[in-house]
Amino acid sequence: MYNYKHYCKNLHKYIHIVDVCFFTVSQEQIKNLYQRFQQLSGNHEKISRDDLERIPALNNNPIRKQIITAFFDKRNQHQNDVGSLDEIGFEQFLMVMSHFRPVNSTATEEEKVTVRKQKLRFLFNMHDTDNDGIITLDEYRTVVEELLSQSGAIETEVARSIADAAMLEVASTNVHSPHSRPRMISMKESHLSILNRFRWINIFSMMSIRFLDMNSATMRCGKLSS
Amino acid sequence: MLTALIFTPVWITVRLLFNFCTMDLVFIRQAGTLLFICMILILLHGSRGEIPSKPIAATILPSVKPNDGVQTYAEDQKNNLPVFTMNYPRIQIPFEITLWVLLASFAKIGFHVYHKITIWVPESCLLISIGLIVGAIMHSVHEEPPAVLTSNVFFLYMLPLIVLESGYFMPTRPFFENIGTVFWFAVVGTLWNSIGIGISLFAICQIPAFGVQDINLQENLLFSAIISAVDPVAVLNVFEDVSVNEQLYIVVFGECLFNDAVTVVLYNMFSFVAEMPVVEPVDVFIGVARFFIVGLGGMAFGILFGFVAAFTTRFTSKVREIEPLFVFMYSYLAYLVAELFAISSIMAIITCALTMKYYVEENVSQRSCTTIRHVIKMLASISETLIFFFLGVVTITTDHEWNWGYILFTLLFAFVWRGLGILVLTQIINPFRTIPFNMKDQFGLAYGGLRGAVSFALAFTLPDTIGRKQLFVTATIAVILFTVFLQGISIRPLIEFINVRRTNRNLETINVEIHCRLMEHTMAGIEDLCGQWSRFYWKDKFMKFNNRILRKILIRDSRAESSIVALYKKLELQNAMEILDTASGDISAAPSIVSLSEEKKSSSKLQKKFLAADLRNIHDILSKNMYKIRERTVAYRGKHALPNDSQTREILIRRHATIRRSLRPRSCQSSNVPRTHKYFSLPAGKSLESRFDAARWHYTDDHETLSEVAYPSQRSRFGKPARSSSSKAMIPLHRLGTLEEVPSTDVLNEESSSTGEGVFRTNSSYSDSRVPRPRRLNSSFDDNNSSVDDLRNVHEEDGVEQVGQRQPSSPAPGWEAESRETTARNPLLRRPQWNPKKK
Repeated sequence: MYNYKHYCKNLHKYIHIVDVCFFTVSQEQIKNLYQRFQQLSGNHEKISRDDLERIPALNNNPIRKQIITAFFDKRNQHQNDVGSLDEIGFEQFLMVMSHFRPVNSTATEEEKVTVRKQKLRFLFNMHDTDNDGIITLDEYRTVVEELLSQSGAIETEVARSIADAAMLEVASTNVHSPHSRPRMISMKESHLSILNRFRWINIFSMMSIRFLDMNSATMRCGKLSS
Repeated sequence: MLTALIFTPVWITVRLLFNFCTMDLVFIRQAGTLLFICMILILLHGSRGEIPSKPIAATILPSVKPNDGVQTYAEDQKNNLPVFTMNYPRIQIPFEITLWVLLASFAKIGFHVYHKITIWVPESCLLISIGLIVGAIMHSVHEEPPAVLTSNVFFLYMLPLIVLESGYFMPTRPFFENIGTVFWFAVVGTLWNSIGIGISLFAICQIPAFGVQDINLQENLLFSAIISAVDPVAVLNVFEDVSVNEQLYIVVFGECLFNDAVTVVLYNMFSFVAEMPVVEPVDVFIGVARFFIVGLGGMAFGILFGFVAAFTTRFTSKVREIEPLFVFMYSYLAYLVAELFAISSIMAIITCALTMKYYVEENVSQRSCTTIRHVIKMLASISETLIFFFLGVVTITTDHEWNWGYILFTLLFAFVWRGLGILVLTQIINPFRTIPFNMKDQFGLAYGGLRGAVSFALAFTLPDTIGRKQLFVTATIAVILFTVFLQGISIRPLIEFINVRRTNRNLETINVEIHCRLMEHTMAGIEDLCGQWSRFYWKDKFMKFNNRILRKILIRDSRAESSIVALYKKLELQNAMEILDTASGDISAAPSIVSLSEEKKSSSKLQKKFLAADLRNIHDILSKNMYKIRERTVAYRGKHALPNDSQTREILIRRHATIRRSLRPRSCQSSNVPRTHKYFSLPAGKSLESRFDAARWHYTDDHETLSEVAYPSQRSRFGKPARSSSSKAMIPLHRLGTLEEVPSTDVLNEESSSTGEGVFRTNSSYSDSRVPRPRRLNSSFDDNNSSVDDLRNVHEEDGVEQVGQRQPSSPAPGWEAESRETTARNPLLRRPQWNPKKK
């Protein structure tokens, strides 16, 4: 069914990627992912935005747009590159997927921190659409509005006030930081805080806490059953 | 004689109770101890009193009834119409129960006076200790404990209360995330324990030296089923205090809940089997089949009743007073019906509570919701307290059959099999978990296996046909005392010592909720992308089903409400409550630094005189629009109606309007006056604007003051040290301002027409009517030369009113140019100029 030859040819490359991201998957699991990739792309080597948008199960997801965009975002490719791609190959697909790996129990503290940071970065990139390293209120509002869009009865007014309240909450918890300024959070700030401060003091550290759950929640990319 | 005996202590108790309320904390403990003694005396007298009083009642009653024929005798009786009579047997049982409950509750109050005690020694230990003391006193005067705790009482009245509480307060999300592990440990773990302990004890029984060869396998299994019910209330408290990771917490929680169910099923099965002369292999299979029927049947009943309950509360909006009743009645009904068909009633009540909770809490009013929660908590704690207390009493007063060998081996096996079980079961379940349990977690799980109230009650209500019932009760008590005292006390230091993974739970902020939802949706999306169906997929599907169908049927206001919005509303309500609390208390507080400085600023700006007509208008406006916090008129209402809460709602509406308005864009230049809006979940008195201004002008100052001022709810949430005096004075003032200034017409307009006047009004009404107004109200009318600030306030208020009446005489034409869509114009939404680029 799938392009086995191509797969075999590039297997070493994929394994290399896996090694780079210490993505604990076996070859079997990569194969599963590859199968799914082929299925999505219709046996092409590249996958395009339209392919992902065609997935029926994704239709009800309120943040479908963001998820799909995340796959084509160069920032999620572990290379210090900016911009977006039109199509992604399997390698890029793997790269994006690697954000969702669980931390295995043998990982060292440093590894855990790195993984957490990467996960954070992924989420941050979902918010930060204009890629300036800062989540502005407007960006945040968009996300909240979209999250709430599923339950149609909510007016945008409410969504906005929620987003504002949430942002203010962030601002209010940032009091101690000399870098803090109302209504925006820089990524640098958040990273500092994760490493140095008490965890709950700011929004991203909140996310990192949730990330402990997220790990539990994180689907293991490797364990694909289909 | 009897009268004196009983009434003297009662009288003393009443007096003491009276004093109790007025006394200082120092005396409370003394009073408490006195109370204990009194209560004990009462109990003793009460139980003694029944013996002589019965004949009295017996003689009085028949003497009147059958002797109708003998008129003279009866008239004799009538002539001596007793001035004072007493019929103790009539009230004996409820009376004694009430006293027991009271005594146990006093004990609880007693050891919460000293907080340190309950931190280091679990409450159950203390309760048992008090029970032991009471038991010792009763034993010394040769009293029997009242025969209250029978099998029926326990299963029909006490157990459902305990279970309902745990079921209702089960944290739903983590539970469903760990449902597999919870059931694995609850079902398989309990089976493992009971079978393991049972068989090993049976092996021990074969050793002639112990002299317990008459205990057969069935009875051993029955006993082991009893003592494998873990009940780690104490452990859960410890876990909550040190906030261990969610997975560990929920697994212990769920395990203790569901293994009660498993234990009761096993108990019923084994107590049936124990009386069978021969056990055929077929019976084993029937037993296994029955096990599943009982469990799943219970679940089915629970879900059914849960939905019915939710559906019923849909129609209770007119009869708010009886709303809470439905929760209790339906869950109890589920329990009883399940009991009727001899299927797992615990499963039924748990699933019923879990099912209905979500829908019921949306249907009922806020107050009913609080009532439901409190009553459930209260009933459960009474029930549990009584059992523990009773356990202490029984330990002393009953005859024990002490068999060193059997009891020590029971202790040993209970401990070993628990540890082994956790070790083995975790190894099996770990590969299926995303976050596996590490060794520390496993230790916490194994060591948290305290035995508790349920075990004792099950043992105590064993049928008398079991030959060695005494021995079983003794052994169970020994296991409970051993685990509760030794493990219960030592688990806190141990958990802290080995440093189990911890999480930060119970942090309710909007950001957390938003990001949780965001992550859930992301995960669901990624899973869809991978074509993998797992938890998130099913959750997604269920939520869709829930929103489309279930909510439409079960909830009155069936618009699906996102959890983010729900949390937002909840926080806002909390906030309104806090505002009301502080504002009404601190009206006369001194003006804060901030308001003083504002006064100075504004006084230089505004130099306007007022006319007499204006003043009259002002008076009208103020009397109409000031919010009357201290209004004390009592509304007349029907006998069964609750006091209406329209005032609270009004505040909430005002807050909504306030927040909405404060977030609207407005240009910084048009209103130079510092604003005093308060957002919830923001440092009090520090709106973003003021921060912004302060930051721009005096940056260092800003840093300091900001760190001082934090919003009280957050303070309490994070447990920060006491607030500084300046912020203390400030908070109520600003709050008061937000509460008072909004005229009611304003609110209405705000609700009906979202554009137009509402927008204009914001600046003036809002920023200027500050706290000093109500305080200096009189002075401003007495002489016109009072502070300019006040006059200004008033004037602005006037302007507001005019705008409200659609008279286009409002100042500041600049405002009109703004529309809400021009967010870019809002300086707060732009990046400040002084912001150095971070890249």
